[in-house]
Amino acid sequence: MDLRKLKTLIELVETSGIAELEIQEGEERVRITRAHGGAAPLATTAPATQLVAVSGAGSPAAGANGGTPAEPAAAEGHVVKSPMVGTFYRSATPGSKPFVEVGDTIAEGATLCIVEAMKLMNEIEADKAGVVKAILTENGQPVEFGQPLFVIA
Amino acid sequence: MAAKPAKADKLFDKILIANRGEIALRVQRACREMGIKTVVVHSEADRDAKYVRLADESVCIGPPPSSQSYLHVPAIIAAAEVTDSQAIHPGYGFLSENADFADKVERSGFVFIGPRAETIRLMGDKVSAKVAMTKAGVPCVPGSEGALPDDAKEVVRIARAVGYPVIIKASGGGGGRGMRVVHTEAALMPAVTLTRSEAQAAFGNPTLYMEKFLTNPRHIEIQVLADEHKNAVYLFERDCSMQRRHQKIIEEAPAPGINARALSRIGERCADACRKIAYRGAGTFEFLYENGEFFFIEMNTRVQVEHPVTEAITGIDIVQQQILIAAGRKLAFRQRDVVARGHAIECRINAEDPFSFVPSPGRITSWHPPGGPGIRVDSHAYQNYFVPPYYDSMIGKVIAYGDSREQAIARMRIALSEMIVEGIKTNIPLHQELLLDDKFLQGGTSIHFLEQRMAKRKGAGPAVG
Repeated sequence: MDLRKLKTLIELVETSGIAELEIQEGEERVRITRAHGGAAPLATTAPATQLVAVSGAGSPAAGANGGTPAEPAAAEGHVVKSPMVGTFYRSATPGSKPFVEVGDTIAEGATLCIVEAMKLMNEIEADKAGVVKAILTENGQPVEFGQPLFVIA
Repeated sequence: MAAKPAKADKLFDKILIANRGEIALRVQRACREMGIKTVVVHSEADRDAKYVRLADESVCIGPPPSSQSYLHVPAIIAAAEVTDSQAIHPGYGFLSENADFADKVERSGFVFIGPRAETIRLMGDKVSAKVAMTKAGVPCVPGSEGALPDDAKEVVRIARAVGYPVIIKASGGGGGRGMRVVHTEAALMPAVTLTRSEAQAAFGNPTLYMEKFLTNPRHIEIQVLADEHKNAVYLFERDCSMQRRHQKIIEEAPAPGINARALSRIGERCADACRKIAYRGAGTFEFLYENGEFFFIEMNTRVQVEHPVTEAITGIDIVQQQILIAAGRKLAFRQRDVVARGHAIECRINAEDPFSFVPSPGRITSWHPPGGPGIRVDSHAYQNYFVPPYYDSMIGKVIAYGDSREQAIARMRIALSEMIVEGIKTNIPLHQELLLDDKFLQGGTSIHFLEQRMAKRKGAGPAVG
């Protein structure tokens, strides 16, 4: 087997990712083995069984909703989160006009919605002025502490 | 004879678990077995708790600090409302013995799984509890027979009558909090003044009472169950003398070396007291036991951390009994049906340095619980679980059951040697030492034993035995 052929075979093993290549030509046999395993040992990959995606600091600051994945990437801006547990209402009374709609310009302190708990209606106010980009939950839905309600940009 | 109709023909559809950690998982297990849906409330720090993921519904009720989450009554009630729960199980600690909470729960239309608010109030005030128990024929620690007066002369007179050493206790306290031992008359009034201001600050109640300080007692408690139909039984006793700073570390049932008849007598008194005060649910009467005598100190109107050892020897699921009683069911057994078999020991596993007791929160990088015959592990922890720094350090309990105390101890030793918890420190090494200690093996050590042993250990240097 001439050197050029050997060089080609070596390059083939290198670029292809095969661990080992053996070729027999007549009575000549060549075996080329990758010297260093390319694949990382199993132990160092992120454990497949990891249940928890808590950051190193431990206490998650963001109040993302329990079952849903990361906060909606769709609308960017300031997220208004629920400060309490209760039922979310878009308007002051059933049937009346909602406090805000998507696209409305609002001032800081404007009432965005009501979260009702234990028969008490709590007005949730905007902590930033801007335009309502998204309303993240529906009228009459239960909300938990820290749940994202509005995006304001 | 027609029993009063049960509140609901079926048990509850949904129970809200107002607690965290291993007891939340425990209550959840009981509910699941009974076909009851569970709603778990949690703080932001417990979002990834095992039982949160296993719950039918979960509600985040606040940021990590307990005062803004697990102790925040409006959030818990609101969570019960939005999830349409029928009943709330308060677990232990947190709001479980808060009479106002029990009241609000019931007024909001939910069933509180525990005694009535007025019973909680009665037993929560340690002075009124003693008065009620004395009336019910339960022997109490001799003492001031009521609240300490303001008049210093009177206080000195009472202390002389009781006999030094005495212990000053806050009526609004309990569980080891708000207490001070006084050995001499000279130290009495300063101690009273200090304890009073501490009590006001910690419990909002400056009322104090005084008791004889027993020098070498054991902590023996009686588990009771009482339904709403005037039936009450005692489920034998537990020995919880292995304590440090009033925190129990090892508990066992039955209590070694106590006359059986004396125990059944005191058990009967407790069951009787339950009927007299119309107690409802699970409860524990705590006693100090010295020289063959029982002295009532306080009653816990909730399920206790160490309930598994009683479950092991009686075969009765105490948490399920709580739920059945809350649903209005009659107790399905009489006193004569309650039989104790074998011996059980529980070791509380805490995330702390085993000898300095400095808390050790953080991520558990390796978790391997023990198993085998007679071994029960009650823990919410798992591999990669992050033990939060905001709450108490208990991450689980290992319970060993055997036909005899010796077998239970042997099984516990083996179990703890198999158990692996890496990434944080635990008190497993302390347990392993205690399980080889001669005095512990003999049984019957007093509530001062552990602290005395630790003091000796410190004196002797780092590695002992």
